[in-house]
Amino acid sequence: MSHVAHVLGRIASAVLLAAVAAFFALPMLWLASAPFDAHPSITVSLPEFTLDNFRAILDNPYALGSIGNSVIQAGGAAALVVVLAALAAYALSRVRVPGRDALLYLLLLLSSVVTGTAAMVPIFELATRLNLVDTHLGVVLTVSGGLLPAAIFILKDFMDATPTSYEESARVFGASPLQILRHIVVPVVRPGLATIAVWAVANVWGGFLLQYILLRDPEKSPGSVVLYTLYTEGGQPNLSLVSTFSLLYSLPVVLMYLFVSSRYGFRFHGGIKR
Amino acid sequence: MAPATSPTDAAGLGRGRAVAFALPALVLIGVFLVFPAIWTVYLGLTDYRLTGPAAADPRLVGAGNYTTALGDGRFRDSVWLTVQFVLGSAIIGQAGLGFALAWIMRDRRGPVRRLVEALVLLSWILPGSVVAFLWIALLDRDGGTLNALLGTPGAAWLLDHPMPSIIVFNTWRGTAFSMMLYSAALENVPPSHLETARLAGASAFQQLRDVVLPRIKGHVLTNVLLTSLWTFNDFTPFLLTAGGPEGRSEILPVYVYNVALRDGQLGFGAAVSFLILVINLVFALAYLRLLRDRREVPG
Repeated sequence: MSHVAHVLGRIASAVLLAAVAAFFALPMLWLASAPFDAHPSITVSLPEFTLDNFRAILDNPYALGSIGNSVIQAGGAAALVVVLAALAAYALSRVRVPGRDALLYLLLLLSSVVTGTAAMVPIFELATRLNLVDTHLGVVLTVSGGLLPAAIFILKDFMDATPTSYEESARVFGASPLQILRHIVVPVVRPGLATIAVWAVANVWGGFLLQYILLRDPEKSPGSVVLYTLYTEGGQPNLSLVSTFSLLYSLPVVLMYLFVSSRYGFRFHGGIKR
Repeated sequence: MAPATSPTDAAGLGRGRAVAFALPALVLIGVFLVFPAIWTVYLGLTDYRLTGPAAADPRLVGAGNYTTALGDGRFRDSVWLTVQFVLGSAIIGQAGLGFALAWIMRDRRGPVRRLVEALVLLSWILPGSVVAFLWIALLDRDGGTLNALLGTPGAAWLLDHPMPSIIVFNTWRGTAFSMMLYSAALENVPPSHLETARLAGASAFQQLRDVVLPRIKGHVLTNVLLTSLWTFNDFTPFLLTAGGPEGRSEILPVYVYNVALRDGQLGFGAAVSFLILVINLVFALAYLRLLRDRREVPG
């Protein structure tokens, strides 16, 4: 009896997983078919195979350069966020500062509200006054400020979960705190750092509003903004260019994720529990 | 050598160096996050506009923007739509589906698990601006893939069912985070405890309630807090429906965009932003309260 129930349960879970897989795959089908279609429409269909769309996107003056801009902005922000968040998370994990938890929660709260649409006007005025409009640095600093609280919050849980005994031994042998962080803590929390880096890159790579506001010069715009300039003369989205560029623009983040997940593992090793 | 200030300070950081380690991050957060936030609070007290005389010389109007917003039916509708959006897509959608997937796949290895995980994660990793186009193509009225599949040509999902559309969209978009978090959490539940419960005749539901839930309650709370905050302030639905038709999917971030940047009422928009912050704060305090209750339970 219980065997039957077990088999039924297995079947039910397999059906459910198939349905979930279909649900998640369905919207992505268009990305796999439309770029290769000579006459792409919005419907997924077997393409009339062509690579002309790729040639057309290479002819667009801003398309390829915008991917380079995205690399600079997302890479810069991810590097900054990982280094600064690791330092801060380690300090906050090991040393009790009064009001630490309240401060972290408050910053987390602010970051999720402010990085939406709420503070766009002050952020633009601030960037203007600091001469950061139309610079990669302006985008990097602004998005990093928004990503740091969540990064510190998640990394601190990783740090809390690592045993301190190695650090004690290293200290006995005279290692400085920075050396201990670099050579002992970082290797242990590497999956956490990799997860944060991927998360930060994916966030900046797809970000639209902030980049749209801070960059007037199309030469500096990232791909996420340029994607919305691929219109036909009639004012409709040019579907062959949009789908082709979408595919090209998605590949780097997907490859990065595959690389990181095969090399370091991409999961929360029991992290984020508080 | 500086004395350790707490038992966890194994590396002998001390308070001074801890501050030095945290300072670069805090400065960046201070300049590019806290400062614009305070500025927003100030703007909320003025009649600052994008164009016209109030653009050059904004006047202080005190609490005027706040009383206008609280008395505005459009604002209150927007709050209610946002509550539906968070409940439907963050709590039931992302957290619910994420937990269900983690639970079903907890002792599965092999290609099925890898395929499902890869698809769920892919929908999270793809760039936001690309994802919006994918969903427009999926739901389009005339040539959308969904209508072709269901045999319902001409069904205008984004116009007739804007809220369910963006709720399903956001579930699709964000489930990966919850799934990964619960997968990690379930690894902390010893299989022997589940086995014991099963042998004692506990049903799957009883195992979940009595064995699993008490061990992962902290994860559940953190997960619900983060996904709710992120969903509450998510602007991506704008790329699908722009808040329409007739404001029927105008969740709060879209409302702020529409009044502040489209209509140019920057002061009023800033005041609404501050109200959003207060609503988020109330929610986070409720969460902290629950977390404290959890800690008071012995064991």
